[in-house]
Amino acid sequence: MKTSRRDFIRISALGLGALSIGGSSIKAAGKTLFSKDQLNKLMMKRTSTYCEVCFWKCAGWVYSDNDGNIKKVIGHPDDPHCNGRLCPRGTGGVGMYNDEDRLKTPLIRVTGEDGKQTFREASWDEALSFIAEKMKKIAAEHGPECVALFTHGSGGKFWGHLLKAYGSNNISAPSYAQCRGPREVAWIGTFGEELGSPEPTDIRDTQCLVLIGSHIGENMHNGQIQEMSDAIDKKATIITVDPRFSTAASHSKYWLPIKPATDIALLLSWMHVLINEGWYDKDYVAKYTYGFDQLKEHVKDFTPEWAYGITTIQPDVIRKTAREMFNAAPSVIVHPGRHVTWYGDDTQRLRCVAILNALLGSWGRRGGFYLGIETTIPGFPHPEYPKPKKTWRDAFPGQFVLADLALANGICDATIPAASRDCSFKGWIVNGTNLIFTLPDIRNTKKAIENLELLVVIDTMPMEITGYADVVLPECTYLERYDEIRTSKHRIPTIALREPAADPKWDSKPGWWMAKELGHKLGLDEYFKYKDIEEVLEWQLNKVGSSLDEMKRLGVKKMKPEDGQLLYFEPGADIEFSTASGKIELYATSFSDEGFDPLPKYTPHPEPPQGFYRLNYGRAPMHTFSRTANNPNLTDLMDENTVWVNPKVAKVWGLSNEQYVWLENQDGIVSSFPIKVRITERIRWDSVYMVHGFGHKNEKLTRAHGRGASDSELITTVMVDPIMGGTGMRGNFVTFHTEKPAKGGLL
Amino acid sequence: MRYAMAIDTKKCVGCSDCVVACQTENDVPIGYCRDWIVEVTDGTYPQLETEIRSERCNQCDNSPCVRCCPTGASHYSEGGIVLVTPEKCIGCAACIQSCPYDARYTHPKGYVDKCTFCIHRVKKGMEPSCVAVCPTKCMYFGDLDDPNSAVSKVLKTRKYKVLAPEAGTKPNVYYLI
Ligand code: SF4
Ligand code: SF4
Ligand code: SF4
Repeated sequence: MKTSRRDFIRISALGLGALSIGGSSIKAAGKTLFSKDQLNKLMMKRTSTYCEVCFWKCAGWVYSDNDGNIKKVIGHPDDPHCNGRLCPRGTGGVGMYNDEDRLKTPLIRVTGEDGKQTFREASWDEALSFIAEKMKKIAAEHGPECVALFTHGSGGKFWGHLLKAYGSNNISAPSYAQCRGPREVAWIGTFGEELGSPEPTDIRDTQCLVLIGSHIGENMHNGQIQEMSDAIDKKATIITVDPRFSTAASHSKYWLPIKPATDIALLLSWMHVLINEGWYDKDYVAKYTYGFDQLKEHVKDFTPEWAYGITTIQPDVIRKTAREMFNAAPSVIVHPGRHVTWYGDDTQRLRCVAILNALLGSWGRRGGFYLGIETTIPGFPHPEYPKPKKTWRDAFPGQFVLADLALANGICDATIPAASRDCSFKGWIVNGTNLIFTLPDIRNTKKAIENLELLVVIDTMPMEITGYADVVLPECTYLERYDEIRTSKHRIPTIALREPAADPKWDSKPGWWMAKELGHKLGLDEYFKYKDIEEVLEWQLNKVGSSLDEMKRLGVKKMKPEDGQLLYFEPGADIEFSTASGKIELYATSFSDEGFDPLPKYTPHPEPPQGFYRLNYGRAPMHTFSRTANNPNLTDLMDENTVWVNPKVAKVWGLSNEQYVWLENQDGIVSSFPIKVRITERIRWDSVYMVHGFGHKNEKLTRAHGRGASDSELITTVMVDPIMGGTGMRGNFVTFHTEKPAKGGLL
Repeated sequence: MRYAMAIDTKKCVGCSDCVVACQTENDVPIGYCRDWIVEVTDGTYPQLETEIRSERCNQCDNSPCVRCCPTGASHYSEGGIVLVTPEKCIGCAACIQSCPYDARYTHPKGYVDKCTFCIHRVKKGMEPSCVAVCPTKCMYFGDLDDPNSAVSKVLKTRKYKVLAPEAGTKPNVYYLI
């Protein structure tokens, strides 16, 4: 297909078969009008699941009434991710299933005689044949490596398998280079291993928790929020560094209202104090670390007085908080955070965090970081994958060498033809991630899309990215499907089952089925030698001493750790770390080998121009990115975002509470939709704050369309991390318009 | 028996899980709620204090809503819980007007609805839905006459307050401060 122009299409004329399924909750409410006991009797069926509303993957039970209506989802008491308590999104997860705006049938882009592009409904056979033909053509003309996968969520496993069988290993997740990548690279460079998810933070038993821009409680990383609460009960000291008085800050003993973009100065100065005062774990440092003398020399001038001038944090507060950390050590956690792609020097900032933990001896210690224990489940047998001739890395010779996973932004960039590289991507398969919102600089993403020969989008909801697809495949929600067994690295290893609690609504299908059927059309049957996923799960579960029947009964099964797996280092044990020196590297040799600073440095970042404010963004506890923005249960809790403005700033601009404003960024980009002002002392006067995931353009999202503004749209300055390619997104500044400006947005 | 609840403002993060769990447990229609979140911030940057709390019917000992109900639909039930009998409720909303906490709403089906302390669960030995779901475990429920109940124990060791004590309603929901 020649797509010189790829119009955004609003998905329309859908849901013809919807009436027979909708309205179930009304029916149920009618039945149970007067008796709650009766209601409970009606809830006969219980099926096992693990939640897919975010990446935490809490296991739970789905309760349905006798008519098969899903009534509620409750956390599984044996699951270490949730301990029987789902977060608001998981509790409201049933809204994902009930959402009448869901994608209902496969769609294919067609161009009418008038040149107008629309989607037409298609059968699965037709849609998958269309994709297969395009993929075969791309493989023949450019090689299969020119097709890439972008994925978020469970279904990605199946698509990844399909893509590798087809001959490409360009499999990327925006959750890496747009989110947690820098901390993984920093951890590998320091401790020789990545943190992974859930992070092995031993918050439950900590005596001191240090949060740096990590707004636990607003991000609902379930296990962590539960344990933070335990820590509060046990009177642990919480130190929160944030320019915003976050919920966590309001629950903390110390709040350090840092000037944005100066965190590294504070972190270096903490190192200076710990080393200068001798407030570090001397035995641990001597036995397990490499490069202490270089570090000591490196931080000798980074006094609290030096940091004060940069961060605006009082020197005595820096000393006092350093002392609190040492008092608690090794039961102290300098939390690595999760979304850490801020200023382009993020890997180095996270190196600082890693070094602080090493100095305090908290890695591998109770109340610091435990050593996660995992069960592995063998993969279903299949032939070896063909060896790809090239990868996304070939597009960036000598760059981002320390990235341990594919860069979603890298693949996006390498889709735009450039003289400097011969590899450009021709096909994208996008599974469960709204790339228009997840990748920074929408202009760039759209430019890449223009160059594609094939764009397949798999999702449950019509999102912005669906509007650019050639083919849209409606996935059924997690409540309607089987997925792979969830394994997790935790204090105790567990496995959890997701089974369907209801049949897929409309003509939606599970990811495993789509991948298998498409594999068949691509002639890859030998990679899918099973009838259905139940056969695969049964085979895998038998290998680890369980069965599908047992898992349907248990939901979550605790597994036995392998012999010798310990949660913490034994005192005085000899440990070989997976770094070049075999030690915890305070001085990162893997960084110096590649020409990067082996010890982190502070560099100033651009400041807001006159009349502009730094755009900070974050999460609300009842939403997961844009994924939940249309969920009827969750929009009921929060249906638009607000822009937080300090009262002093509001006065200058004459803004009043609840007034709608348009935001314009430093590049002259205006938000497509207005956003409500929230005047609050909880934000610094040099920045504004908004929750990510709102401001949707797709009109088919009837509850989300035009509600609030999209931070993604305003992120056009991207500070790329030279070490691993992460996209720093906090270098954008906005100003206010009280009247709708003539200029438009990017959506 | 006197049922009561204590909510720890030092732990609540305002996530609203209690709200959505109540909705799915009690078939509260979307757009309505029996519990809700309040955030109060005092001070100026950076000298700030924020209190976040989950509110609901206080199941008052001296309930203006029960007193003003013309049909007897609003009544005290076991353990002092204030309930509404939907069949008797004529939807006059006098109780809604009288409640100092704005804890009641008119259900689309025409009767007034409010928090029941999930008595249907409590009778079975379960915790109320909001208490059971709360990720911060900041809610404590039980019988004040039982010194070993979760709520009695926590009220013994912690400072607490009630909302609008001046209204003289004698609330049974306590906020740990
Ligand atoms: S943290 Fe919440 S949304 Fe995420 S998996 Fe758990 S219950 Fe679901
Ligand atoms: S569920 Fe718990 S933490 Fe969340 S708002 Fe309700 S009371 Fe607060
Ligand atoms: S006790 Fe039950 S009815 Fe009352 S707010 Fe909690 S969940 Fe709702």
